[in-house]
Amino acid sequence: MSRFEHLIPPPVLLAHHLQTALASLGRLSRNPIGSLMTVAVIGIALALPAGLHLILSNLQSLGDNWDGSSNLSLFLKKEAPESGGRRLMERIGGMGEVGKVKFVTAEEALAEFRRFSGFADVLDLLQDNPLPAVILVQPKEQSSDPATVEKLVELLKKESLVDHIQLDLQWVKRFAAITQIAQRGVLVLAGLLSMAVLLVIGNSIRLEIQSRHEEIEITKLIGASNAFIRRPFLYSGFWFGLLGGFFALLLVLLSAFLLDEPTSELALLYSSDFSVTALDSTSVLGFLIGSPVLGLLGAAIAVGRHLKRIEPS
Amino acid sequence: MIRFEQVTKRYPSGYEGLREVSFHIEPGEMVFLTGPSGAGKSTLLKLTGLLERCSRGQVIVDNRNLAQMPPSEIPYHRRKVGMIFQDHRLLHDRPVFDNVALPLIVAGIGWDETGKRVRAALDQVGLLKRERAMPITLSGGEQQRVGIARAVVTRPPVLLADEPTGNLDPRLSAEIMALFERFNQVGVTLLIASHDVSLIRRMGKRILVLDQGALTHDLPPGALSR
Repeated sequence: MSRFEHLIPPPVLLAHHLQTALASLGRLSRNPIGSLMTVAVIGIALALPAGLHLILSNLQSLGDNWDGSSNLSLFLKKEAPESGGRRLMERIGGMGEVGKVKFVTAEEALAEFRRFSGFADVLDLLQDNPLPAVILVQPKEQSSDPATVEKLVELLKKESLVDHIQLDLQWVKRFAAITQIAQRGVLVLAGLLSMAVLLVIGNSIRLEIQSRHEEIEITKLIGASNAFIRRPFLYSGFWFGLLGGFFALLLVLLSAFLLDEPTSELALLYSSDFSVTALDSTSVLGFLIGSPVLGLLGAAIAVGRHLKRIEPS
Repeated sequence: MIRFEQVTKRYPSGYEGLREVSFHIEPGEMVFLTGPSGAGKSTLLKLTGLLERCSRGQVIVDNRNLAQMPPSEIPYHRRKVGMIFQDHRLLHDRPVFDNVALPLIVAGIGWDETGKRVRAALDQVGLLKRERAMPITLSGGEQQRVGIARAVVTRPPVLLADEPTGNLDPRLSAEIMALFERFNQVGVTLLIASHDVSLIRRMGKRILVLDQGALTHDLPPGALSR
């Protein structure tokens, strides 16, 4: 007997697929509260790791902004004259490794501190300026690797006017390491919650199979292939996944929108133009493809387990 | 068309539904299967429709040995064997037309062809005007005729009927039997289980008699009507 004897003509099969897909969607809409609850659970489960991923990637981009500028702060000795500081700045500016250099006098530092710290009243009580002058040094991009910066620090330490040097690189590195750990955590969380989505969809499909027990039996009786019987349930899983994905996307975009304004305000306080970037198109696409695939998978598992047990008698 | 060779069906409980049953039904024959309740009539039909497999012996339908048929082939076997049940087994969530169309949809028949064939089948059972009716609004006899239309819509070579007139009064039973005879006249092989002895006698067809799982009589056509 030929394997192709039972092949259904493609146009008929396609029409049947379309019809089944629409019928499955129709069945979901006939039980709106139950379906909505399932979709919401899937959406929340997917939105959680996606939202965390969004926050982390935003934090990382923040870290990236700093990474290129592993700044050195040279705190000058209190007794150093301003003219000496400026001469030192010019000398440092001429060095090959240095990109940008800025001299902040003690008075400017105080004014800035007064403006941003909120301790203006306290500062008024002090008789003289407790802050030293600072030279901010930003190495050139090609010399910003740790070893070169380290050498630069050694060199600048020998300057007689320099009290001590603070290197910002260290904590940028730590920050990157922490976000990487958090990224792993999000990945694990995403894995776990994807399993939860599989279970939720599997359970919904199991209930649907139970409620259509008789129909399955009769359809088997009149010679339906397993593929035919599986089809409507797989489409149900697909729709659950797709709608859940949309819902999750909505949740993430809404959260990003709610976070955007306060974040921008905060960034302004740090004189940065940082703002929350929403999900990029790849993530959106991943959502809208990955979620239905999860739905199909959950349905396939449930169908595989429960359909075999229904045999006509 | 249907051949049983030393067929025994033993259920996991140890109960023997059929014991060493052998017979042969030629293509185009119309045969009644009778006997008291629990004699094995339903078991015999289930083995023929491959709802169950026999424990020993061989069941051969349309030159195919059902014992050797892999599970993936079962649906295609069932499409060749139309089945009619006492309780009709209709889907009550859809109208008559959709119920009758189901075997064609399952078999992947195109939409236009499906419409034609469903109407032809409904016309044969006299329900053409009720195609949009829901099964629940039909009488028992009408529901049974919908079940018959569904069984014949794919034009299967074999029809199996399990107590098709069980719940019907004599007049409706006679109508259903007349319908079966018409299918038989166009070459369909029929095997009908019934305990309605007077009806069977009137039909004057070949009769297989089962008792406690064993085939006790194989009466040729007209044996009881004389």
